[in-house]
Amino acid sequence: MSTRIQQLFSKKNRKILSIYFTAGYPTLNGTIEIIQNLADAGVDLIEIGFPFSDPLADGPVIQQSSQKAIENGMTLKLLFEQLKNIRQQTNIPIILMGYLNPVLQFGVEEFIEKCAEVGIDGVIIPDLPVDYYEAHFKNLFRKNGISNILLITPETNSARVQMIDALSDGFIYMVSSNSITGSENNLAHQSDYFNRINQLNLTNPTLIGFGIHDKQTFESACKNSSGAIIGSAFVKHLTTYGASKESISEFVKKFK
Amino acid sequence: MNSIHPDKNGFYGEFGGAFIPEMLYPNIQELQEQYLGIINTTEFQQEFQSLLKDYVGRPTPLFYSKNLSAEFGAHIYLKREDLNHTGAHKINNTIGQILLAKRLHKKRIIAETGAGQHGVATATACALAGIDCTIFMGEIDIQRQMPNVERMKLLGAKVVPATSGSKTLKDATNEAIREWINNPVDTHYIIGSVVGPHPYPDLVARFQSVISQEIKQQLFEKTGDENPDYIIACIGGGSNAIGAFYHFIDNGKTKLIAVEAGGEGINSGKTAATIALGKKGIIHGSKTYLIQTEDGQIIEPHSISAGLDYPGIGPIHAYLHDTGKAIVVNITDIEAIEAAFYLSRKDGIIPALESAHALAYLKKMKFKSDDVVIVNLSGRGDKDMSTYQKFMNYEH
Repeated sequence: MSTRIQQLFSKKNRKILSIYFTAGYPTLNGTIEIIQNLADAGVDLIEIGFPFSDPLADGPVIQQSSQKAIENGMTLKLLFEQLKNIRQQTNIPIILMGYLNPVLQFGVEEFIEKCAEVGIDGVIIPDLPVDYYEAHFKNLFRKNGISNILLITPETNSARVQMIDALSDGFIYMVSSNSITGSENNLAHQSDYFNRINQLNLTNPTLIGFGIHDKQTFESACKNSSGAIIGSAFVKHLTTYGASKESISEFVKKFK
Repeated sequence: MNSIHPDKNGFYGEFGGAFIPEMLYPNIQELQEQYLGIINTTEFQQEFQSLLKDYVGRPTPLFYSKNLSAEFGAHIYLKREDLNHTGAHKINNTIGQILLAKRLHKKRIIAETGAGQHGVATATACALAGIDCTIFMGEIDIQRQMPNVERMKLLGAKVVPATSGSKTLKDATNEAIREWINNPVDTHYIIGSVVGPHPYPDLVARFQSVISQEIKQQLFEKTGDENPDYIIACIGGGSNAIGAFYHFIDNGKTKLIAVEAGGEGINSGKTAATIALGKKGIIHGSKTYLIQTEDGQIIEPHSISAGLDYPGIGPIHAYLHDTGKAIVVNITDIEAIEAAFYLSRKDGIIPALESAHALAYLKKMKFKSDDVVIVNLSGRGDKDMSTYQKFMNYEH
């Protein structure tokens, strides 16, 4: 049986729009409303960040949303509670993204089982290294039907990209440049990197993320992959315009 | 010779490893594959040893303190790391790492600093090697350690305030790691303690191990036995402590005592006593004990000493603690201040606040009269004068 992520990519393999937001930001209990508004606005995939006090791979925007979310009282336990009926509401693929330490304290096994129970499709844990995942957690993820979405960067050599492809079962998160999230680098400088990856004929589709913030960067990402992931730009939008249906629909329209 | 090394994946028992995002993988892999091959060559060791001797001023003395010995009823020696160039043990590591960075053809150095001691030692090594240097320092630490900020600038380094999170050492480390993600190819990150992803804990421990190597020789010359009964060292991340312990681990005689910063007391909520309060988890790419909430958010530590103000502990020390090879205790802010005043007046040595934590533990020990005790005096107290002055005012 194919997963919601695989179904999405088999239906549509270009211009996929994936949006990230931090659970518990701007308000503690806005999670379901934001998911619903994103789905209604025609987004293809949703990434929910669970906050960590020390997000090493994130720039200032997601650092601040994470800090505020923690202050608001967001925890993994609460997030799963909020998400418990989400599959009665929407069928959009949902990925949880966050750092390893909160998962370890929750319990890795409990975390993955809980993901499966509420209907989460995949997770991104940037500081869970590929080899450690393979040695310790792969079977657990597979048994529960949870995709582990792995990252590649311009510095990831081709052999390693292929190894990561072999371990992936959803899509590969192609980090646009050597950077933390939210830095607005020029994607035009990355064509060698994008071409190199595309010539590898990977089994999994790729989505480009980091630095995608307007229609131009989105289009440019879509030319080089199946679509793009927008995080910091959306979090910034929530800060200024809030999470209402109109606000979110206005944001998503910019990329359509 | 006893010493301690991690397994091939960088684990000491269950602690350590390299829990890093993929963005850092090439940087860390390059270091993992090359560090031993480089630092174990004769050519590297010759240059390193020669700089330690003629530039840093090693060996540092092992001073027999008659006054402390009489007071505490044992033979008490001070390992004078405060007499190193730049005033602390930190430079042992930065000289080693700058030589490594040159051999990796890196053009630029980044580092984090808390009290500014590691920042100054890094800026010094960079000036000597002619390499561009950027130091990340918490905004709050910049305010409370201004003399060291000025020293780094005079040495030609750029000092970047870390404005995220609590704006102290933990956040300076985060910012340095983020900077490394943004500049993975030409930049080397000089971590200042035995923390961070493999191979850093092992790399830094090897460079600091010169401390215990010298103690062995010096003690043998003085007493005819190279192994003391006790070694006492303060511990934040744990670089001076591992340096002092390194060649004495598992020797069947020496008791290794690591002194954490208790802050205002371990139950006060204002403490940096990681082993006393910490739970296992991941901080800065390494599995170890850290002070955190039950949801896994890292808690801001507190210590009067900026150099011990860190919510984690090096994975080597987590392992030494769990296996009973070292004993971890803690000392409060006030006890450390008292010990600093005591040493200043008794022996004419103004210790760093960090080192004063190790000294303060002497009072809590019960020695036999023939016990040989080494206290690692990791740094000098000039940088702490403004803190000491506040307490001098209370005295009158």
